[in-house]
Amino acid sequence: MIKDITIGQYFPGESFIHRLDARAKLIVVFLALVEIFLCKNFLSLALIVLFAVVSVAISKISFKVVFKGMKMIYFIIVLTSVLQIFYNDSGTVLLDWWKIKITTGGIFTAVFMAIRIITLILVSSLLTYTTSPTTLTDGISRLLSPLNKIKVPVDTLAMMMTIALRFIPTLIEEIDKIMNAQKARGADLDSGNLVQRAKALVPIFIPLFVNSFRRAYELAFAMECRCYNGNNKRTRMKQMKFSWRDAVAFVVIAVMLAGIILLNYFFGAVI
Amino acid sequence: MNNDFLIRFCDVSFRYESDNETPLPLAIKNINIDIKKGEFVAILGHNGSGKSTIAKLSNAIILPETGKIFVDGMDTADENLEYEIRQKVGVVFQNPDNQIVATIVEEDVAFGPENLGIEPKEIRQRVDDALKAVGMYEYRLHEPHKLSGGQKQRVAIAGVMAMQTDCIVLDEPTAMLDPKGREEVMKSLLRLNREMGKTVILITHYMDEAVKADRVIVMNGGNVVLDGTPKEVFAHEDVIENAGLELPDSAKLALMLKKKGVNLPDGILTPDEFIEGFKFSVSGGALN
Repeated sequence: MIKDITIGQYFPGESFIHRLDARAKLIVVFLALVEIFLCKNFLSLALIVLFAVVSVAISKISFKVVFKGMKMIYFIIVLTSVLQIFYNDSGTVLLDWWKIKITTGGIFTAVFMAIRIITLILVSSLLTYTTSPTTLTDGISRLLSPLNKIKVPVDTLAMMMTIALRFIPTLIEEIDKIMNAQKARGADLDSGNLVQRAKALVPIFIPLFVNSFRRAYELAFAMECRCYNGNNKRTRMKQMKFSWRDAVAFVVIAVMLAGIILLNYFFGAVI
Repeated sequence: MNNDFLIRFCDVSFRYESDNETPLPLAIKNINIDIKKGEFVAILGHNGSGKSTIAKLSNAIILPETGKIFVDGMDTADENLEYEIRQKVGVVFQNPDNQIVATIVEEDVAFGPENLGIEPKEIRQRVDDALKAVGMYEYRLHEPHKLSGGQKQRVAIAGVMAMQTDCIVLDEPTAMLDPKGREEVMKSLLRLNREMGKTVILITHYMDEAVKADRVIVMNGGNVVLDGTPKEVFAHEDVIENAGLELPDSAKLALMLKKKGVNLPDGILTPDEFIEGFKFSVSGGALN
């Protein structure tokens, strides 16, 4: 049951998108997110949607998988767009009943918001789908490395993130084990109301916590034995290199930016 | 300083810190151990005999209360030498899950050399060599949590190997493994020692692992009670039992049969030796 959670799932592959440098990918995704918010009318929005769809197609990750991953957030999408309907009262009035007033402007905004959020998720999940967690962490730490100068411990933070990612499956396994152990002793985890169920989780999380501290101690020893000290000059086995692919990606995202600004300017703002 | 000795424990005592006012008893008491280069040493002992403390003392993770420890002539109490000492002596711990740092096997093996600031090309070479040495090269791109216990422990050993330490200390590396995993790990260790000349210190409570070593040290209550070749050590049945340990199964069986009057040669430790000895006694010795 817990094993179904897929945080930052990665689908290995050899596509153009997979082979982009992690740093380039991070920058491009960041710019794409900015561009999504810059869109002021349906034409510029269409341009960025096209970009997202083509990117997914190039990555060879099936749309089915991508939309399945969004299942959890459909509710948020619907809620946000429905709220938009009531907050905008421009345009022709379609329905005016008691305090509720639905206008064409409201509907436009609602649809616009829904598309915007979906594109947002599409682009950002494509990042985790096509980049392994370690490479991603590595990319982030390298992008942030200038912050070292103002004494932000970037490498240490990156190491923390790597270890956290490394221990997710281990801890999930452990939760499974503890749950089975408690069930074997007659713990009732699946019935009762919400409060009772929450209470039943206490004997699962206490051992998990205690064990995590023990693990942390042992891991710290093991890391010290392998000469880790957090501030020495580490080298990396895998070097990152920008290639022509990254240049292509930068050009595409720059052209997109120009296109969106022009479309916004010439066709006016809807939102 | 004698250069033949890689690790020297000179009159070492150590005690763990206590949570309350009363100090804990000494975990190890005035012990003297000299480990030669290229030796395969097994350290045996019951829980609380102080055998695990030796692992942490040997590469300056903890420091002795009294006495000195020298690694290749370097005093472990000298803070400036800490990293040099850890490049000489690597330690593998009991639980493989708690010593793997990265999400991919080869990246974990690279962790040590990366910390040492080695050139990327050289790291690649070391990682490949280390993974081949423990027979895990095909798994280099796997995720550690999908491997079996024995495989994970071999990855941990490769992680130490990649640092090119002269000596590898293993603190009960097989305690959490199934028989198959134990065998895999033992095979790798014997290979590292016999073919690559690494000094191996194996802390264990499995007798059948200890009989494969060149030298066995038995600890009891923080003291070294026996130190010698497996044959010498396991001849002292009473001391072994006093230490809360048992003889290897084959040795135990041979001893029982001998007490019943079967004529068997001395010093039987492994099943193979037992079969040889038994054949001999059936064909000639026992019948007269």
